[in-house]
Amino acid sequence: MAIESALGESVVLTRTDKVLGWARKYSLFLYPFVTACCGMEYMATAASHYDIDRFGAGLPRFSPRQADVLFVVGTISHKQAPILKRVWEQMCEPKWVVAFGGCTCSGGPYDNYATVQGIDTIVPVDVYIPGCPPRPETVLDGIIKLQEKIQNQKQEL
Amino acid sequence: MEESLTLRKLRERFPASIIDTHSFRGDDTAVVKRVDVVDICRFLKESTDLSYNFLMDLTAVDYLQMGNSPQADRFEVVYHLYSIKYNHRVRIKAPLTEADPTIDSLTPLWAVANWLERECWDMFGIRFNGHPDLKRILLYEQFEGHPLRKDYPLTGRQPLIGPKN
Ligand code: SF4
Repeated sequence: MAIESALGESVVLTRTDKVLGWARKYSLFLYPFVTACCGMEYMATAASHYDIDRFGAGLPRFSPRQADVLFVVGTISHKQAPILKRVWEQMCEPKWVVAFGGCTCSGGPYDNYATVQGIDTIVPVDVYIPGCPPRPETVLDGIIKLQEKIQNQKQEL
Repeated sequence: MEESLTLRKLRERFPASIIDTHSFRGDDTAVVKRVDVVDICRFLKESTDLSYNFLMDLTAVDYLQMGNSPQADRFEVVYHLYSIKYNHRVRIKAPLTEADPTIDSLTPLWAVANWLERECWDMFGIRFNGHPDLKRILLYEQFEGHPLRKDYPLTGRQPLIGPKN
């Protein structure tokens, strides 16, 4: 503080970790891995009424190489699981995964031969958003939780 | 109640292969012997006064056992035909035994039968003789068994990657 006031408040001192976290949490590029009905709710959240852009997450990227948050939206079948894993592997670090909806959290209503019982058996998950489908408010809450997590984690350069 | 034109014509033309017929609220059903299913469908499709030109659905049902005798049929393949010209429908059912779940393919009559029969093979393990490419359509090749059979375990998961929870 002393240095800042000595220089006439023309500079701000902070830590690299904090400033990187601040930049990263407000520039989330989502990769929407949309497979089922939850996709409609993702679209509702992304559209103007709920306006996901207020959280800096308004630009979905449709290439995993340009994205840093993998949004898994919808039922994942065992046939699809290797594709999901591959998409996750193609993303550059730092990267995060959000499980959107009951199906991705736990298999949801489908305890059967076809459905993966939670995507955390395949890829590591940072935030779980429950609901079938989750309301947009829940999705935004999940994004805010993810932002808190990004801000508070150790930033790899 | 008077028998519908379709069922009456089927009875006249194939007296030996019709096992049973019934109508419920205007929906006609004929249970037929599996060996004649292609001939019956061709007749339904090509007769000018019936003109069932659209195969709407082709699926199967697993009853595990129909009736109590050990020789009883297990599966039933179900065809739904529709006539665009006359706006009428008919349901054809063909029972199959567990020991020999095979039936002739309808692909010579309707191209759409190709994928429908593949799905039926995938889910129920029913073989369609004469099908050009009878392989799984929804599940992956590594999958063993046919999940919509009643004796397939409900949670018989066969993951390609990840745990079998
Ligand atoms: S959680 Fe519900 S709404 Fe979402 S994909 Fe699964 S079944 Fe559909």
